[in-house]
Amino acid sequence: MGIPIQVTVNGKTHQHEVDSRLLLVHYLRDVLRLTGTHIGCDTSSCGACTVHVNGLAVKSCTMLAAQADGAEITTIEGLASNGELHPLQEGFREEHGLQCGFCTPGMIMTAAQLLADNPQPTEAEIRHALEGNYCRCTGYHNIVKSIQHAANKLNS
Amino acid sequence: MANYIGQAIKRVEDKRFITGKGKYTDDIVLPGMTYAYMVRSPFAHAKINSIDTSAALAMEGVVAVFTGKDIAESGVNGVPCGWQVNFKNGDTMKEPPHPLLVADKVRHVGDAVAMVIAEDRATAKDAAEAIVVDYEVLEAVVDAAKAVEPDAPLVHDDVPKNMCFDWELGDKAATDAAMASAHHITTLEFTNQRLAPNAIEPRAAIGHYEEANDKYTLYTTSQNPHLTRLLLCAFVLGIPEHKVRVVAPDVGGGFGSKIFHYTEEALVTWASRRLNRPVKWTAERSESFVTDAHGRDHVTRAEMGFDAEGKMVGLRVKTLANLGAYLSTFAPCVPTYLHGTLLQGLYTTPAIHVDVTGVFTHTTPVDAYRGAGRPEATYLLERLVDTAAHEMNMDPAELRFKNFIPPFDGVNQPGYQTQVALQYDSGNYEAVLKRALEMLDYEKVRKEQAEARKNGRLIGIGFSTYIEACGIAPSAVVGALGARAGLYESAQVRVQPTGKVSVYTGSHAHGQGHETTFAQVVADKFGIPMEDVEIVHGDSESVAFGMGTYGSRSLAVGGSAIVKSIEKVIEKGAKIAAHKLEAAVDDLEFAGGKWTVKGTDKSIAFGDVALTAYVPHDYPQGLEPGMDFSSFYDPANFTYPFGCHIAVVEVDPETGKVELKRMVACDDVGNVINPMIVDGQIHGGLAQGIGQALFEEVIYDESGQLVNGSYMDYTMPRADDLPMFETDRTVTPCPHNPLGVKGAGEAGTIGSTPAVVNAVVDALSHLGVRDLEMPLTPERVWRAMNK
Repeated sequence: MGIPIQVTVNGKTHQHEVDSRLLLVHYLRDVLRLTGTHIGCDTSSCGACTVHVNGLAVKSCTMLAAQADGAEITTIEGLASNGELHPLQEGFREEHGLQCGFCTPGMIMTAAQLLADNPQPTEAEIRHALEGNYCRCTGYHNIVKSIQHAANKLNS
Repeated sequence: MANYIGQAIKRVEDKRFITGKGKYTDDIVLPGMTYAYMVRSPFAHAKINSIDTSAALAMEGVVAVFTGKDIAESGVNGVPCGWQVNFKNGDTMKEPPHPLLVADKVRHVGDAVAMVIAEDRATAKDAAEAIVVDYEVLEAVVDAAKAVEPDAPLVHDDVPKNMCFDWELGDKAATDAAMASAHHITTLEFTNQRLAPNAIEPRAAIGHYEEANDKYTLYTTSQNPHLTRLLLCAFVLGIPEHKVRVVAPDVGGGFGSKIFHYTEEALVTWASRRLNRPVKWTAERSESFVTDAHGRDHVTRAEMGFDAEGKMVGLRVKTLANLGAYLSTFAPCVPTYLHGTLLQGLYTTPAIHVDVTGVFTHTTPVDAYRGAGRPEATYLLERLVDTAAHEMNMDPAELRFKNFIPPFDGVNQPGYQTQVALQYDSGNYEAVLKRALEMLDYEKVRKEQAEARKNGRLIGIGFSTYIEACGIAPSAVVGALGARAGLYESAQVRVQPTGKVSVYTGSHAHGQGHETTFAQVVADKFGIPMEDVEIVHGDSESVAFGMGTYGSRSLAVGGSAIVKSIEKVIEKGAKIAAHKLEAAVDDLEFAGGKWTVKGTDKSIAFGDVALTAYVPHDYPQGLEPGMDFSSFYDPANFTYPFGCHIAVVEVDPETGKVELKRMVACDDVGNVINPMIVDGQIHGGLAQGIGQALFEEVIYDESGQLVNGSYMDYTMPRADDLPMFETDRTVTPCPHNPLGVKGAGEAGTIGSTPAVVNAVVDALSHLGVRDLEMPLTPERVWRAMNK
């Protein structure tokens, strides 16, 4: 017997009965077909599945779908508004902050939380904030620059 | 218009990735799809007495369970090896079968014994746990040095001493003589440790058989879908190639680990026909650790001889290469032809001999991982050079300047013939070291180091000047060296009637940005806007053929194939233009997107010529309509990027923790199409090379358990482990391909590892530390400095 949940994802409300063991990331990917949120590990170490739950960056593999009942969730698909890229999305593009793109959604969602908490972070603060997200392509150099780019844009 | 080559054009592929619209294999859902889960051995070496699948089969939602017995009875083969290395005595290497599912005996932790297929992923996993396998556990051997001992357990009963091959290259007698008369010999013995590639996207595969058309589609996380199709069809499943489409959609990083044809690709394809339903398999990370081919794992003794002036006189290397339990697709070539042939380095050493033995062990197969053989070669050379400099009381930069091969451009001066088979194409090795020293401000940093040392601070500077062989490779050459494939690339350039251009390339992008770089080349050559060019890759149905992306070959080989097709288009276009302009072909010039009659203002645009080709009313007699050309490009030689990496580190005297303070890289990758993308490739490579030096190591215990097989246990560099990188370039064009490019994908990884280790040893040299085993964990460093 499933557990009834109601969640608002990227502004749209959904009602489903979910298996009690269903992870939020699987709910987003398999039930809602929002496949921008990725799975890179099974130990909550890589951060590829990071989304915002009630305004906080959360690794969606660390949470059951049932726990998200009543929550407001934003995924990478919901970050741009009215066709305008979020400054972080623009920053990653401008500064070549991505290569294969697989860690990118999680990186951007984590960075969005950082900039919400700390609008003008130092390089060290950016690197510290990204500790929960693995990237194997970029060596993080351009990810740091991408986030600086977005911070500058948001503060100008 | 047009002048894209050399510009830092923003990537056209980024939009889908930053908005969550990338399409990776696991994102694909097909109607009626089922989910596979593999039952894998928890033991490194065990006999399978029996497998009981009855409880699993009885579970609701379970569609099928297949075991090694089913596979054996169905008559399909195991996955093949694509490279043959012979024993010194001429005997063929030992090539034991690598079955899709094992029926008799498991040979590494993670070896698959059964495949469960269910209506959903969770049910498949539950059912896998309900399968009872009766194992009789046997003694395992995980270490290459132990595996060749007389009483070692055998991985394959018919492979004596676990030896796959023994191999040598170079002049042994000359090298022994040179070493015997050397004034000074520097010797190092070390392990180049095993690494897990860890692309962040786990491997996945979906098999889809459509009975109505008798056609298969395989979606897979591959760097080379055509090669996978060829191996799958011709060697494993025995199904006609034209009945199989292989699609490698967006792929989340490869680093070599997605070159190889894996058992799961064949299993889902085979099972989808059995069930007449699509079958998807996606690895969990813990599965990736035990099934994605690992990299490195060499046990090496290396000696470098010098004369009294510090000139290198000889190099002697002996390596045991751990190949794991089975031969992965290109495993035999990595420690041999991608390692032994690079031991000339940048130096004029007149006598070199290398001896390599490939060894089976009860571990995950080992194959190409970013750099593949060249990092191992560079590590041993560059550690020897810095160690020798310390021993001979010379400056490590000076010792390198003394021994560099003098500059040659491959045009006015010939290529450089090495002692180990290769002929370098072009190089200016002094220039990269000079530039890197400037970037570093060497004198100043040395002074700071001396000053810091007085205050008890431990700062070190480490060098690495590397060369690699990329753009693999001339087919005839690699064929002679044992490759069972050609290593050309294909490209089709289709000019549409409106003058827009679709390019179908056999190269595959999984982060490299081909959709941008290749479009820059095409747009420039045709003199049209980049927006008018699309780059299509990764689908065997649209791309005629391809050898794929590895060995930093995409632009050098795949890009050259595109240029060949572009030239054919321009040649045909000139005939049409000449007809329309009522001029002779020889009187025309093509520039800025139009053909112009020389010395006049009479011209016709590219788009008008394209339209004429498809609406050939007023058209040259005897000329075929259309504007669509395919080419295959087989390179004349490898390309040889090179560079200098310098690391500056500070070691915490209390804890042994290494802080990488600066990483300076001056690389020469030939001509550059998109400097932003090249810098990005270098950055990522540096991070992986630094990862090997400081953090990463696959660890097996003596029973063959992989003890750090998760992201909680296997340490990769995170953002706060790394500094901002300081990069620059020199440009020595490749003389033998039309773009003059050499390749940039692996340079960072190849050069950086020894630079970091050299820096840490330099920081501790006054404490008597001469060598350190990678990775340089705080504990290892602390123990070394407190010995």
